[in-house]
Amino acid sequence: MERIRKHHLFWPVLVLVALLVFNLLYDPDFFRIQVRDGTLYGNLIDILFFGSPLALVALGMTLVIATRGIDLSVGSVVAISAAIACFTISKGTDQNDPGLVATAVLLALAASALLGLWNGFLVTRVGIQPIVATLILMVAGRGIAQLITSGQIITVISPNYKVIGAGTLLTLPVSVYIVALVFALAALLTRKTALGLFIESVGCNPTASRLAGIRSVTVRLFAYLFCGFCAGLAGIILSSNVSSADGNNAGLWYELDAILAVVIGGTSLNGGRFFLTGTLLGVLIIQTLTTTIYSTGVPPEVTLVVKALVVLAVCLIQSEGFRRTLARSLVSARQPRQQAEGKVTTRG
Amino acid sequence: MQERKPLLVMSDIHKAFPGVQALSGVHFRLFPGEIHALMGENGAGKSTLIKVLTGVYPADRGEIRLEGRVIQPHSPLEAQMLGISTVYQEVNLCPNLSVAENILIGREPRRFGRIRWKAMNEEARRLLEERLNLRIDVTQPLGAYSVAIQQLVAIARALNISAKVLILDEPTSSLDRGEAEQLFSVMRKLREDGLAILFVTHFLDQVYEVSDRITVLRNGRLIGEHLTEHLPRLELVAQMIGKELKELEEMPKEEGLTADAAEKTLEAVGVGRKGSIEPFDLEIGKGEIVGMAGLLGSGRTEAARLLFGADRADQGRFVMSGEETVIHSPRQAIDRGIAFCSENRKTEGIIDELSVRENIIAALQASQGWFRALGRKRQEELADEYIRALNIYPPNPEIPVKNLSGGNQQKVLLARWLLTHPKLLILDEPTRGIDVGAKAEIQKLILSLAREGMSVLFISSELEEVLRISHRIAVMRDRRKVSEIAGEDISRERVMKAIAGG
Repeated sequence: MERIRKHHLFWPVLVLVALLVFNLLYDPDFFRIQVRDGTLYGNLIDILFFGSPLALVALGMTLVIATRGIDLSVGSVVAISAAIACFTISKGTDQNDPGLVATAVLLALAASALLGLWNGFLVTRVGIQPIVATLILMVAGRGIAQLITSGQIITVISPNYKVIGAGTLLTLPVSVYIVALVFALAALLTRKTALGLFIESVGCNPTASRLAGIRSVTVRLFAYLFCGFCAGLAGIILSSNVSSADGNNAGLWYELDAILAVVIGGTSLNGGRFFLTGTLLGVLIIQTLTTTIYSTGVPPEVTLVVKALVVLAVCLIQSEGFRRTLARSLVSARQPRQQAEGKVTTRG
Repeated sequence: MQERKPLLVMSDIHKAFPGVQALSGVHFRLFPGEIHALMGENGAGKSTLIKVLTGVYPADRGEIRLEGRVIQPHSPLEAQMLGISTVYQEVNLCPNLSVAENILIGREPRRFGRIRWKAMNEEARRLLEERLNLRIDVTQPLGAYSVAIQQLVAIARALNISAKVLILDEPTSSLDRGEAEQLFSVMRKLREDGLAILFVTHFLDQVYEVSDRITVLRNGRLIGEHLTEHLPRLELVAQMIGKELKELEEMPKEEGLTADAAEKTLEAVGVGRKGSIEPFDLEIGKGEIVGMAGLLGSGRTEAARLLFGADRADQGRFVMSGEETVIHSPRQAIDRGIAFCSENRKTEGIIDELSVRENIIAALQASQGWFRALGRKRQEELADEYIRALNIYPPNPEIPVKNLSGGNQQKVLLARWLLTHPKLLILDEPTRGIDVGAKAEIQKLILSLAREGMSVLFISSELEEVLRISHRIAVMRDRRKVSEIAGEDISRERVMKAIAGG
């Protein structure tokens, strides 16, 4: 029991379970999954489906945060990637041409990876603090996306492109497979090569890592590049789902939700140890919370406040110091009563 | 200078921290118009004494009298209001504010709540010129000036009207020769103005250059207070290190300390770095242990960092096994077979959140690159092997390295480097802060490594240690290599004389 409680995923899992249990009590239908035309439907599927772009962005963010950095530009990269993909497709004569769709996707991904590299360059070579370096692209990126779309919302009619973000495969949304693939890729890269060790080492103690011969510049460059790539993929899914690219609103505030997911997942903003599975749990918690708020009919004008309160509670419950203080104050609030009753139990 | 009434008297000061008696019964006096040097090696109690004086820590026992009145400052701010100002080693001002703002922040001349910029700049200019003989543009941001000027600005800030005592805590450690001179002339001027100056430094030459009186601490005890002119250098070093001059006789040497030094592992020729260390030559032969002796801050670490590429040498050249080579980064040094254990185990050595296993394989994995990853099983084998070989306790490769004791962390770092099979192992204070048993183990290990043909550069503050295991000893003083003593000539007295200089 003690070992389970000490496990780094204990609290995220507990929070997720608590959220689901709440939903079960509130509305047993929450868990109902229907099969229609060979496709699964239901709230749980929705959570996976709507959470997938955020999951991609958060996976990339995890590696960046592990190196003691942060990437605020992911939301803008999402918009740029969406704009590039839709723009490329919209210029084609046959928008449904598989070759054209593939080109568009590859172009968008390459550009996103390049933008990630740019962030990494600013951080490692120019020496700008990560929060400032990526703020540059966060602000400029929306402008770039608008330049590509000429300030319009580009709409494409391409069933082949739509498959990525709205299609299904073996009863599940395609985007869920994409997340699984990227997660496997990230896990493989970091746990089967030495990259994970290097990332954690650089994030934990940059000076000692340098003296141990670890090329911290390359390691950090890779983290930003991967983060850009993931954001680009998220942009493709988002734009494919709605068959359009909106430079202004695509991926808006994604950076904040992604950072939140990483933190809920147990990776410290101070860098070092990182937990990809924890990040996925963080995403699921955020997405479940959003779905819960909608399905319980919280008035729209207070949804953000409710979300903020739950997030605050989640963060507090993960802090050992807070739990100890809470336990102590509960015990002391109880003590006088128990003494008055003349018995002392050990339950705290 | 005849005896006058001291301005400040600290008597019978005791201060304990959990597990260590930092100060026991220390007496200390400061006279007006005098520069008083406080000397002692690491852990002697200098900084604790200063922190008690400036109200950072309360003393457990003892009293402080300023101009005859008992004072009990509870914070540096209170101490400053009483007239005791401190300038720390690292300049803690705001580099992006102007010089004038830095000097007068918190006491700006105001009118109706608005700052009178002109008056403020004027006042800052006057203060710098009259008290420090310094003429600079006070409207420029502080960061635009050299560290030396920043140091002087820090002093100006400390010198408010009521300052009677000025404490300078290693003010010269990041200054070059000329900059230090400038600081000294300011210190002499302030002395003439009647200030009592407490000066902490590791540079012996500087002590003899500016100070009038010297107090020596060792292991939290007062060893002596002397007028500088009455205390020969060798005597000062003896007091600091804790060996009486009479004890300076030859000790029996270890057996088997004859290395075949014909084959050179590394030759450094005229290697130096401005503001860090003067150019020096150093050769290390195959299977040879070269000891590096000198007081703290004498340039030992700086020299080692150049050899490892941790700092880049801006002059000189390296020859390895007869071939000219460059060492620009730790990465390059490691590729050429050099390993370096830093003296700052916590900040530059261990990667504290990672496990013992990960710490042990870090350097080997780094030199193999990303894709030739050591398998988990291979990692465990290596970790187990070295945990056993070096007696690392607890023998559990999976616990975070930060949970280990200092000595065991040191062994983890040794394991990290031994795994890479270096040709040259640079050890900077490998035995600092670890217990006697672990110390002996590490010394034995170094000797056996050298017997197997590894070259070792061994840096230590403990002269005994250096004498016991070195074939040759390079002595550093005031950021210069001042002498090299080999073979039969190695004796405690020779080395101490070289350390003291004079």
